[in-house]
Amino acid sequence: MDIKKTPRKLNVKEKYRLMTRDLAWEPSYRDEKEIYPYVDYEGIKIHDWSKWEDPFRLTMDAYWKYQAEKERKYYAIIDAHAQNNGHLNVTDARYLTAIKLFLQGISPGEYAAHRGFARVGREFAGVGPQVACQMQSIDEIRHAQTQVHAMSNYNKYYNGFKDFAQQRDRIWYTSVPRSFFDDAMSAGPFEFLIAIGFSFEYVLTNLLFVPFMSGAAYNGDMATCTFGFSAQSDEARHMTLGLECIKFMLEQDPANIPIVQKWIDKWFWRGCRLLTLVAAMMDYMLPKRVMSWREAWNIYGVENGNALFRDLARYGIRQPMHWDDVEKSIDHTSHQIMLGLYQWKFGTAFHSWTPTASDIEWLKEKYPTTFEQYYLPRWEYAIAQKEAGGEYNNFGLPKLCQTCQLPCLFTEPDDPTQLAHRETEFEGEKYHFCSDGCQHVFDQEPEKYVQAWLPMPALMQAPLKGDLAAWMEWVSLEPTAAGDYANSEDKANFEKWRKQVSTD
Amino acid sequence: MQIDVQTVNIEQKNQTFTHLKRRFGDKKIPSRYQEASYDLQATENLHYRPTWAPEQELYDPNLSKIRMTDWYDLKDPRQFYYSTYTLTRARQQETMESNFKTVESLNLIENLPDQVLKIAQDLLIPLRHVNYASNLNNTLVCGYGYGTVFTQPCIYHAMDNLGIAQYLSRLGLMIGDVESLEVAKQDWMNSDAWQPLRRSLEDLMCVRDPVEVFIKQNFVLDGLLYPLVYQRIADKHLLELGGSGISILTQFMTNWYQESVRWVDSVLKTMADESPQNKAVLEEWVGSAANHFTSVLLPVVALAVQGNDADELVSEVHDELMTRASKAGLFR
Ligand SMILES: [Fe+2]
Ligand SMILES: [Fe+2]
Repeated sequence: MDIKKTPRKLNVKEKYRLMTRDLAWEPSYRDEKEIYPYVDYEGIKIHDWSKWEDPFRLTMDAYWKYQAEKERKYYAIIDAHAQNNGHLNVTDARYLTAIKLFLQGISPGEYAAHRGFARVGREFAGVGPQVACQMQSIDEIRHAQTQVHAMSNYNKYYNGFKDFAQQRDRIWYTSVPRSFFDDAMSAGPFEFLIAIGFSFEYVLTNLLFVPFMSGAAYNGDMATCTFGFSAQSDEARHMTLGLECIKFMLEQDPANIPIVQKWIDKWFWRGCRLLTLVAAMMDYMLPKRVMSWREAWNIYGVENGNALFRDLARYGIRQPMHWDDVEKSIDHTSHQIMLGLYQWKFGTAFHSWTPTASDIEWLKEKYPTTFEQYYLPRWEYAIAQKEAGGEYNNFGLPKLCQTCQLPCLFTEPDDPTQLAHRETEFEGEKYHFCSDGCQHVFDQEPEKYVQAWLPMPALMQAPLKGDLAAWMEWVSLEPTAAGDYANSEDKANFEKWRKQVSTD
Repeated sequence: MQIDVQTVNIEQKNQTFTHLKRRFGDKKIPSRYQEASYDLQATENLHYRPTWAPEQELYDPNLSKIRMTDWYDLKDPRQFYYSTYTLTRARQQETMESNFKTVESLNLIENLPDQVLKIAQDLLIPLRHVNYASNLNNTLVCGYGYGTVFTQPCIYHAMDNLGIAQYLSRLGLMIGDVESLEVAKQDWMNSDAWQPLRRSLEDLMCVRDPVEVFIKQNFVLDGLLYPLVYQRIADKHLLELGGSGISILTQFMTNWYQESVRWVDSVLKTMADESPQNKAVLEEWVGSAANHFTSVLLPVVALAVQGNDADELVSEVHDELMTRASKAGLFR
């Protein structure tokens, strides 16, 4: 060959192809099936991996450079936040419940996404998706770590943060997000991408991150808000990856369409159930509210979702099954979840509370057809009990849904006065569900969902045998971290410290 | 109301997270590395078994023959978490960027002797495929290994390998445009010199024990390849032949290798110290792979160094690797 040829100018696409695609080779000493043993078993047919369109073109040198700039800024801000007692700038300490839930429930999910994307970044038989997934894997460990670092400072002053690691594995409500991510990771590589890359990152992410990050901004939480901004460009990449992966699967073979549709149905429902916790956060936990869950759903769920599924219709993909049930639940779920959390507040590593008079006005205005009629009476009952010196607790253990692991506290889609409850019998055992959606997910793969670890039955079995104090120790829950915000140490300390720093 | 939050002195409730207190006590404030790394992986009450391999757990320490009482003993002496990792690499890439500029502005490539260019083409450019294999292998270790302090550096290492493959690609484009990469790929696929190595890597890509992959790729193969190609050939042999233009562009690889040796050796040593059983398994892996890869690399080295010199170089580097193994407690 002619060495010392003057290099041509290559366009970005061609250059990126040489820098990534061209690195791989077709193995000849070993069979592809030995190297990529898991790409077939889900039934997805890929005929030509090279048809994958790179969703973004970032070589490693550029990646290091951009990401390091963001890291530098991020840590400068959270260092300053810690040094200047930035935690005292939050609206009031009720706000902390939102970020306690985030640390206990979502950060472990970021970590799981990191490991899951590493796995699919190895298992796909094409270098294009491999590299894109690996890049998301390394981004996701970034997210887990920056979140832990942001919360580390809050942990120094407030209850409920300190044993998120043990609580991730043991406390009852974290099994909602845990089982969601475990479900995705225990699925095959293509389903994982539909679950996390598409349904979660593309369809639902705006309903998770926008509320949390704008909630942080509205409520003076510079640390979390900075994290959100810093992760934004990562998220943009993840969304394009999610979209590309679904289009790739759909374009490769028509036989893939029904499989992908089944996964979209499942993960949309799984995701919406997970987001009921975000709904409660938006409507109840932010002292300064951004918008109601209903409003967020209308924008990010309905508008974006409709546009997306209109776009996917040309592949033969329809709106997710149970979409209507989700729509009907939107005006109810936040109230149902928050009432649930409040009555089981002795067992949560965050505080909950009864809504104040102004909260109630806001809820009435945002939920004119449901709040006053169905939920205000229950809050008034709780408030009256408290005023009479009692406490509104439910020491009965909630029945958990075998699929989503939330307590079965949701109502029938068409009758808000009836609790929904479904049952399936499988191999002689009865399993309980909160909804048609969850029952449907179970019925598709019963062998999988019978394995779910349900924290409530675990409490009744050896070695705990229903001993609540022993359970609290096992889940590392100190009484100061639980219960009504009104009598909490967090509230007392926050108010005391705020007084120290305030001048009229 | 005015708030002056900076002035107040508030007593802290918790020095640290409880899982770190369990490990390290609470006398010292934990480092950001510790916060970012320890116990992040779920360990209990995993909900479902993998549908791809129902005999496995979702995170399964038994995927490896190596046994650790605590996988979090395998800490990274570089203390890399995402932030320190990216900041370090960003600095290095800045240096490399100015190296590329220097080489370009001084026409260092055009002025290289033909012999140097030929060695660079024959030996260095095909290595981008080796880095790709290592990228996949380290991604596997990150995905299926156990415990964050062990798995997290592996995704960094995987991305580093991609970065190195991309630096080599740029070098190829500089010395022979797209044709350079095409010729190198043909060599990789067909030429006799590269076939034993390609076969060995395809074999390694079929291995599913994450620690075995880690040891054979990062300790053994890289432990032979980098000293041979970058320390001996690029930084010495080519320099003597007037090839400083090349060694400037492989500076990242030389420094990166020196840095990762600290990590890889420390992991190996900690695993070997854990038990005689581990030590025996590691000796078997290291011993067999070291002999195998030494013979596989001989025809590759011969692309740059003639006759007996190649044999000597390879056996010298093999001895170096065995010294590292012995320092880590193996074969003693
Ligand atoms: Fe993320
Ligand atoms: Fe459910």
